[in-house]
Amino acid sequence: MRSLYRTYDPRLLRDVAMVCLADGVIGASFGAITVAGGLPAWLPVVMSLVVFAGAAQFSAVGVLLAGGSPLAAAATGLLLNTRTVPFSLALTDSLGSGRAARMLGAHLITDETAAFALAEDDPARRRTTFRLSGLTLFITWNLGVLAGSLVGTALGDPGALGLDAAYPAVLLALTVPALRDPRTRRAVLTGAALALAATPFLPPGLPVLLALAGVLTAGRPS
Amino acid sequence: MTLVAVALLAVGTYAFRLAGPLLHGRFQPSADMRRLLSVGAAVLLVALLATAALTQGQGFAGWARPAGVLTAAVLAWRKAPFMVIVAAAALTTALLRLAGVP
Repeated sequence: MRSLYRTYDPRLLRDVAMVCLADGVIGASFGAITVAGGLPAWLPVVMSLVVFAGAAQFSAVGVLLAGGSPLAAAATGLLLNTRTVPFSLALTDSLGSGRAARMLGAHLITDETAAFALAEDDPARRRTTFRLSGLTLFITWNLGVLAGSLVGTALGDPGALGLDAAYPAVLLALTVPALRDPRTRRAVLTGAALALAATPFLPPGLPVLLALAGVLTAGRPS
Repeated sequence: MTLVAVALLAVGTYAFRLAGPLLHGRFQPSADMRRLLSVGAAVLLVALLATAALTQGQGFAGWARPAGVLTAAVLAWRKAPFMVIVAAAALTTALLRLAGVP
């Protein structure tokens, strides 16, 4: 640990540790909710390793649990992950030194690692920060999901435990910060109203995609 | 079939993440496009949570679940810790069901 302290700012280490802890808990909820909802225990574990994007994983599983097709589930998750494109463009030089390292490092791009790395101005510090936050987050997220999946298998009736309310509550906790912006809030409310109105008429998974029309009401920043 | 969803999501997500190394320096999204992407992400997440909170299949989910989610909304707006928000939602719903609310 002493060498780590020499290389990294203690405040950065503390912030990364806090985010890892929080994401480990979110990962555990993801594992538990997925398994308690009736999907196989390998699903959350494998998905977390190969997708490694919390909101997209929750959304894809949400569509599957609602009876949506695998295609609708993947489409919802992928639409959410389009936001990694600008992060990837901004972080290209921080992903690693050399082409192979950059290709591997790209898998570690998330909202959190992008935020940590982009907060550093110096290119060398940006690279070490990305590597530190990326690797620790990857490990804690996947351990959290594994633990949650194991617990989820042991849980009883998910309805009696109120676990069906836990999934929307997780999404809520993740989105509330963005809702403090009035333009985003307007788009979000329109989209949610569209999705709810369409639910009785469309197959599962499609109402959520229809909600994207709400973006049109966001307007342009003045 | 669920494996198809995982595979598509994994391959597509990795492709997005490779945009930087592959397009190196040849394309930068405008500020408008970045803003559109972040608003779009919030819209999708809230549409998901609204339908998950209120509907079951193609009908109404009953009152216990939306009541739990409403509790979570109040706590989230007041910046309660993540675990508190999620636990309060599940607890509210579980207690209401125990009291006979569907």
